Amino acid sequence: MAESLQRREFLARGAALLGVALVPVAVATPGEVDLEVAGLFGNRPILPGRVTLEIPPISENGYSVPLSVEVESPMTAEDHVTRILLFAEENPQPNIARFELGLRAGRARIQTRIRMGGSQKIRAIAELSDGSLWSTETFSIVTLAACIIQ
Amino acid sequence: MSTTIRIAAPKQASRGEVMELKALIRHPMETGYRRDPYGKQIPENILQRFECIYNGEKVFAGEFFRAIAADPFLTFYTVAVESGTLEFRWVGQDGQVYSESVELEVV
Repeated sequence: MAESLQRREFLARGAALLGVALVPVAVATPGEVDLEVAGLFGNRPILPGRVTLEIPPISENGYSVPLSVEVESPMTAEDHVTRILLFAEENPQPNIARFELGLRAGRARIQTRIRMGGSQKIRAIAELSDGSLWSTETFSIVTLAACIIQ
Repeated sequence: MSTTIRIAAPKQASRGEVMELKALIRHPMETGYRRDPYGKQIPENILQRFECIYNGEKVFAGEFFRAIAADPFLTFYTVAVESGTLEFRWVGQDGQVYSESVELEVV
Protein backbone atom coordinates (compact mmCIF):
# COMPACT_ATOMS: atom_id res chain seq x y z
CA MET A 1 0.00 0.00 0.00
CA ALA A 2 2.71 2.39 1.05
CA GLU A 3 4.49 1.61 -2.17
CA SER A 4 1.52 2.45 -4.35
CA LEU A 5 1.05 5.71 -2.49
CA GLN A 6 4.63 6.58 -3.13
CA ARG A 7 4.15 5.73 -6.71
CA ARG A 8 1.08 7.93 -6.86
CA GLU A 9 2.93 10.77 -5.24
CA PHE A 10 5.81 10.28 -7.60
CA LEU A 11 3.48 10.43 -10.57
CA ALA A 12 1.78 13.51 -9.22
CA ARG A 13 5.10 15.26 -8.71
CA GLY A 14 6.21 14.16 -12.12
CA ALA A 15 3.11 15.65 -13.66
CA ALA A 16 3.63 18.85 -11.70
CA LEU A 17 7.20 19.05 -12.92
CA LEU A 18 6.13 18.44 -16.48
CA GLY A 19 3.54 21.14 -16.06
CA VAL A 20 6.24 23.59 -15.06
CA ALA A 21 8.67 22.52 -17.74
CA LEU A 22 6.14 22.79 -20.53
CA VAL A 23 4.45 25.90 -19.25
CA PRO A 24 3.28 27.35 -22.53
CA VAL A 25 3.49 30.98 -23.35
CA ALA A 26 -0.05 32.37 -23.17
CA VAL A 27 -1.77 31.43 -26.40
CA ALA A 28 -4.08 33.44 -28.56
CA THR A 29 -7.57 32.01 -28.72
CA PRO A 30 -10.22 32.05 -31.43
CA GLY A 31 -11.70 34.89 -29.41
CA GLU A 32 -8.47 36.86 -29.63
CA VAL A 33 -8.36 36.45 -33.38
CA ASP A 34 -11.98 37.64 -33.54
CA LEU A 35 -11.06 40.61 -31.36
CA GLU A 36 -8.08 41.46 -33.56
CA VAL A 37 -10.23 41.17 -36.69
CA ALA A 38 -12.97 43.30 -35.11
CA GLY A 39 -10.32 45.89 -34.21
CA LEU A 40 -9.14 46.00 -37.81
CA PHE A 41 -12.41 45.82 -39.67
CA GLY A 42 -15.09 46.78 -37.15
CA ASN A 43 -18.34 45.03 -37.94
CA ARG A 44 -17.90 45.00 -41.72
CA PRO A 45 -19.22 41.70 -43.07
CA ILE A 46 -16.60 39.05 -43.86
CA LEU A 47 -17.80 36.62 -46.49
CA PRO A 48 -16.57 33.08 -46.99
CA GLY A 49 -14.93 32.37 -50.35
CA ARG A 50 -12.51 33.74 -52.97
CA VAL A 51 -9.54 32.99 -50.72
CA THR A 52 -7.58 29.74 -50.96
CA LEU A 53 -5.22 28.85 -48.16
CA GLU A 54 -2.84 25.94 -48.50
CA ILE A 55 -0.95 24.53 -45.54
CA PRO A 56 0.16 20.91 -45.20
CA PRO A 57 -2.52 19.03 -43.20
CA ILE A 58 0.22 17.62 -40.98
CA SER A 59 3.64 19.16 -40.32
CA GLU A 60 6.41 17.58 -38.31
CA ASN A 61 7.94 20.86 -37.37
CA GLY A 62 5.93 23.86 -36.25
CA TYR A 63 8.96 26.13 -36.58
CA SER A 64 8.64 26.33 -40.33
CA VAL A 65 5.38 25.47 -42.04
CA PRO A 66 4.98 26.38 -45.71
CA LEU A 67 1.89 28.45 -46.40
CA SER A 68 0.38 29.57 -49.65
CA VAL A 69 -2.52 31.97 -49.98
CA GLU A 70 -4.24 33.03 -53.17
CA VAL A 71 -7.21 35.29 -53.77
CA GLU A 72 -9.39 34.90 -56.81
CA SER A 73 -9.34 38.31 -58.44
CA PRO A 74 -9.01 39.75 -61.94
CA MET A 75 -6.53 42.32 -60.49
CA THR A 76 -7.92 45.13 -62.63
CA ALA A 77 -8.20 48.81 -61.68
CA GLU A 78 -11.84 48.27 -60.70
CA ASP A 79 -11.40 44.97 -58.93
CA HIS A 80 -8.20 44.01 -57.15
CA VAL A 81 -6.93 42.77 -53.83
CA THR A 82 -5.52 45.42 -51.51
CA ARG A 83 -4.62 43.39 -48.42
CA ILE A 84 -4.20 39.81 -47.28
CA LEU A 85 -4.03 39.14 -43.53
CA LEU A 86 -3.12 35.89 -41.79
CA PHE A 87 -4.13 34.88 -38.27
CA ALA A 88 -3.32 31.99 -35.94
CA GLU A 89 -5.64 30.96 -33.14
CA GLU A 90 -3.21 29.04 -30.96
CA ASN A 91 -0.03 31.06 -31.29
CA PRO A 92 1.02 33.40 -28.47
CA GLN A 93 0.08 36.26 -30.79
CA PRO A 94 -2.96 36.19 -33.11
CA ASN A 95 -1.20 37.92 -36.03
CA ILE A 96 1.05 36.14 -38.51
CA ALA A 97 1.45 38.72 -41.26
CA ARG A 98 -0.39 41.46 -43.13
CA PHE A 99 0.40 41.91 -46.78
CA GLU A 100 -0.32 44.99 -48.86
CA LEU A 101 -0.89 44.40 -52.52
CA GLY A 102 -2.13 46.63 -55.22
CA LEU A 103 -3.08 46.76 -58.83
CA ARG A 104 0.55 46.25 -59.77
CA ALA A 105 0.78 42.87 -58.06
CA GLY A 106 -0.82 41.28 -61.12
CA ARG A 107 -1.65 38.18 -59.17
CA ALA A 108 -2.85 37.91 -55.58
CA ARG A 109 -0.77 34.97 -54.48
CA ILE A 110 1.77 34.83 -51.64
CA GLN A 111 3.89 32.04 -50.28
CA THR A 112 5.83 32.13 -47.04
CA ARG A 113 6.77 29.99 -44.06
CA ILE A 114 5.14 30.37 -40.68
CA ARG A 115 5.51 29.19 -37.11
CA MET A 116 2.76 27.24 -35.44
CA GLY A 117 2.60 26.89 -31.67
CA GLY A 118 0.31 23.87 -31.94
CA SER A 119 -2.28 22.25 -34.15
CA GLN A 120 -4.78 24.89 -35.07
CA LYS A 121 -6.89 26.80 -37.53
CA ILE A 122 -5.13 29.37 -39.64
CA ARG A 123 -7.36 32.12 -40.98
CA ALA A 124 -6.79 34.30 -44.04
CA ILE A 125 -8.76 37.46 -44.76
CA ALA A 126 -8.54 39.38 -48.01
CA GLU A 127 -9.63 42.98 -48.46
CA LEU A 128 -10.64 43.96 -51.98
CA SER A 129 -10.55 47.34 -53.69
CA ASP A 130 -14.34 47.64 -53.36
CA GLY A 131 -13.92 47.30 -49.60
CA SER A 132 -15.39 43.81 -49.40
CA LEU A 133 -13.77 41.23 -47.11
CA TRP A 134 -13.37 37.55 -47.90
CA SER A 135 -12.02 34.82 -45.75
CA THR A 136 -11.15 31.19 -45.38
CA GLU A 137 -9.58 28.98 -42.74
CA THR A 138 -7.64 25.73 -42.74
CA PHE A 139 -6.87 23.37 -39.92
CA SER A 140 -3.34 22.08 -39.69
CA ILE A 141 -1.73 19.62 -37.30
CA VAL A 142 1.83 20.03 -36.04
CA THR A 143 3.64 17.30 -34.16
CA LEU A 144 6.44 19.49 -32.82
CA ALA A 145 5.07 22.88 -31.86
CA ALA A 146 7.12 26.05 -32.07
CA CYS A 147 7.21 28.43 -29.06
CA ILE A 148 6.87 26.02 -26.15
CA ILE A 149 9.95 23.94 -26.85
CA GLN A 150 13.00 25.63 -25.38
CA MET B 1 24.08 46.29 -42.48
CA SER B 2 25.08 43.12 -44.11
CA THR B 3 23.30 39.82 -44.07
CA THR B 4 22.60 37.12 -46.60
CA ILE B 5 19.81 37.98 -48.99
CA ARG B 6 18.73 35.81 -51.90
CA ILE B 7 16.51 37.15 -54.62
CA ALA B 8 15.02 35.22 -57.51
CA ALA B 9 13.66 37.56 -60.16
CA PRO B 10 13.65 37.43 -63.94
CA LYS B 11 16.36 39.50 -65.65
CA GLN B 12 14.11 40.09 -68.58
CA ALA B 13 10.34 40.22 -68.96
CA SER B 14 7.86 41.36 -71.54
CA ARG B 15 5.70 44.37 -70.84
CA GLY B 16 2.55 43.46 -68.94
CA GLU B 17 3.90 40.09 -67.85
CA VAL B 18 3.13 38.98 -64.30
CA MET B 19 6.52 38.15 -62.77
CA GLU B 20 7.10 35.81 -59.88
CA LEU B 21 9.56 37.20 -57.32
CA LYS B 22 11.16 35.30 -54.48
CA ALA B 23 12.99 36.92 -51.60
CA LEU B 24 14.80 35.29 -48.72
CA ILE B 25 16.76 36.93 -45.94
CA ARG B 26 18.84 35.30 -43.27
CA HIS B 27 17.41 36.39 -39.93
CA PRO B 28 16.59 34.56 -36.67
CA MET B 29 13.14 36.17 -36.22
CA GLU B 30 13.69 35.66 -32.52
CA THR B 31 10.32 35.60 -30.79
CA GLY B 32 11.47 36.54 -27.31
CA TYR B 33 9.91 33.33 -25.97
CA ARG B 34 13.02 31.17 -26.10
CA ARG B 35 15.66 30.77 -23.45
CA ASP B 36 19.35 30.11 -23.93
CA PRO B 37 21.06 27.06 -22.36
CA TYR B 38 21.57 29.10 -19.17
CA GLY B 39 17.88 29.82 -18.83
CA LYS B 40 18.21 33.45 -19.81
CA GLN B 41 15.50 34.78 -22.06
CA ILE B 42 16.70 35.51 -25.59
CA PRO B 43 15.44 39.01 -26.43
CA GLU B 44 12.96 39.51 -29.21
CA ASN B 45 14.52 40.39 -32.53
CA ILE B 46 12.23 40.37 -35.52
CA LEU B 47 11.95 41.95 -38.92
CA GLN B 48 8.75 43.95 -38.91
CA ARG B 49 8.37 44.99 -42.48
CA PHE B 50 9.14 44.01 -46.03
CA GLU B 51 8.76 46.16 -49.12
CA CYS B 52 9.35 45.66 -52.79
CA ILE B 53 10.02 48.92 -54.59
CA TYR B 54 9.90 48.97 -58.37
CA ASN B 55 11.49 52.11 -59.82
CA GLY B 56 10.63 54.05 -56.71
CA GLU B 57 7.10 52.77 -56.42
CA LYS B 58 6.00 50.34 -53.74
CA VAL B 59 4.41 47.36 -55.46
CA PHE B 60 4.19 44.93 -52.56
CA ALA B 61 4.66 45.12 -48.80
CA GLY B 62 4.15 43.04 -45.76
CA GLU B 63 4.09 43.43 -42.01
CA PHE B 64 5.65 40.49 -40.17
CA PHE B 65 4.87 39.25 -36.69
CA ARG B 66 6.59 36.61 -34.54
CA ALA B 67 4.78 33.84 -36.39
CA ILE B 68 6.89 34.33 -39.50
CA ALA B 69 9.54 31.60 -39.51
CA ALA B 70 13.25 32.30 -39.18
CA ASP B 71 14.96 33.25 -42.45
CA PRO B 72 11.78 34.84 -43.82
CA PHE B 73 10.93 33.71 -47.29
CA LEU B 74 8.36 35.26 -49.59
CA THR B 75 7.04 34.56 -53.04
CA PHE B 76 4.86 37.23 -54.61
CA TYR B 77 4.07 38.78 -57.97
CA THR B 78 4.31 42.03 -59.82
CA VAL B 79 3.54 43.24 -63.32
CA ALA B 80 6.50 44.18 -65.54
CA VAL B 81 5.83 47.76 -66.63
CA GLU B 82 9.22 49.22 -67.51
CA SER B 83 12.94 48.49 -67.29
CA GLY B 84 14.56 49.50 -64.07
CA THR B 85 15.35 48.42 -60.55
CA LEU B 86 13.53 46.19 -58.12
CA GLU B 87 14.52 46.90 -54.57
CA PHE B 88 13.76 44.41 -51.81
CA ARG B 89 13.90 45.94 -48.38
CA TRP B 90 13.40 44.62 -44.86
CA VAL B 91 13.11 46.73 -41.73
CA GLY B 92 13.99 45.34 -38.31
CA GLN B 93 12.30 46.19 -35.02
CA ASP B 94 14.97 48.78 -34.18
CA GLY B 95 14.81 50.36 -37.60
CA GLN B 96 17.72 48.47 -39.16
CA VAL B 97 17.31 48.33 -42.93
CA TYR B 98 18.52 45.45 -45.07
CA SER B 99 18.14 45.71 -48.80
CA GLU B 100 19.09 44.25 -52.12
CA SER B 101 18.37 45.44 -55.64
CA VAL B 102 18.16 43.69 -58.98
CA GLU B 103 17.97 45.10 -62.48
CA LEU B 104 15.12 44.23 -64.77
CA GLU B 105 14.88 44.69 -68.50
CA VAL B 106 11.40 44.98 -69.93
CA VAL B 107 11.12 44.34 -73.65
